[in-house]
Amino acid sequence: MATFQLEFVSPEKLLLSRPVEMALLPAADGQMGVLPGHAPMIVALSGGVISVREGGAETEALFVPGGFAEITPTRVTVLADEATPVAQLSRANAETRIAEAEKALADLQTAEGTTPERREAAMARLLSARAMLAAAQAA
Amino acid sequence: MASLKALRMRINSVKSTRKITQAMKMVAAAKLRRAQMRAEAARPYAERMERMLASLGVAVANQPDAPKLLVGTGGDATHLLVVMSGDRGLAGAFNTNIGRFARTRIRELEGQGKTVKVLAVGRKGATFLKREFGSRFVGEVSFAGKKTVGFEDAAEVAAKITAMLEDGEFDVCALLYNRFRSVISQIPSEQKLIPAALPEAEAEVAAGPQAQYEYEPTEEEILAALLPQNLAVQIYRAVLETNAGFYGSQMQAMDNATRNAGEMINKLTLNYNRTRQANITRELIEIISGAEAL
Repeated sequence: MATFQLEFVSPEKLLLSRPVEMALLPAADGQMGVLPGHAPMIVALSGGVISVREGGAETEALFVPGGFAEITPTRVTVLADEATPVAQLSRANAETRIAEAEKALADLQTAEGTTPERREAAMARLLSARAMLAAAQAA
Repeated sequence: MASLKALRMRINSVKSTRKITQAMKMVAAAKLRRAQMRAEAARPYAERMERMLASLGVAVANQPDAPKLLVGTGGDATHLLVVMSGDRGLAGAFNTNIGRFARTRIRELEGQGKTVKVLAVGRKGATFLKREFGSRFVGEVSFAGKKTVGFEDAAEVAAKITAMLEDGEFDVCALLYNRFRSVISQIPSEQKLIPAALPEAEAEVAAGPQAQYEYEPTEEEILAALLPQNLAVQIYRAVLETNAGFYGSQMQAMDNATRNAGEMINKLTLNYNRTRQANITRELIEIISGAEAL
């Protein structure tokens, strides 16, 4: 079957670069499946699991806390701050993240002079942390 | 003329200094290699980020409600200078260079009647500028004590800058840092952060046939998320370059110190031997003239 190059890049290094057959991305507007020859796109990712499928079965599942993906017919580049294999996710870790995000959001609500953008960013962080917990529980 | 004992002690002290500088040079060389590797590893992300921004920025930049991070506030009255230096000394003129560069820039801007605010990243640059420009300081960040500076640290600085922009505390933001040209040459340079500089990006889009991307969600939303990230990436890159430049500079400084110590030892040893010879000759003369007098 045809493949395309899937790249995971974090600000600190290239995490992964290999040919795959299909990838499911947690796009901001919903799950999105990418096959070789996809139309060029730039999508924002919400927190969730990127699943790599080969031969009809999932071969790799990585959690990203948000980021961007650049899609071209021959390549998909995911820009994310981190990517953790789902099997290595820990619930405790996800729960502390949720607590942190909830606190940040609560602080924003009481603080003066907050902008909608800042509240939105805090909300996105909370949603991302919740997605992490869900992924950790599913694994 | 110094006594033999004093000379011997000086030679020994210079020798141990040479040992220390030699060890420091070796350590700096190893750290430099690591810093360079990290700078290398960070490049793919920055490149891809740039490519995305290139295709997005052009589309959105001309709109009236373009994000502030991209086009600035439109004003030009208050400048925020992010001055990036090393956290430690013993690196030749590395920290002094960036400090002087910043000083010239601040004076120049104030001469034009602008308000200047300084955000110092790195301890040495902060102490250098504080004496003269302490009242302009709005913040200080230091990575001293951290083993490696990660992306999160850079993101924190970026978040600080973004928050200040939203509060309308400055109009233009520039980054002053030592650009890493090679191990032996670091150039103090200025880079515009806000408004974001995208000149080469436009050329790339014009040339690239595959600039026709679809966007999901909208271009504006992606850009709004991408720009703060880009700011963090720019700062992270400067941090890495500063790091690599610092160790390059330190390696060179220590190499010079080691060589100077070697020269010093040679001179002192020559002096020591001459003195010893002179002492022997004098003693001989004393003995002989003593014997003759009998």
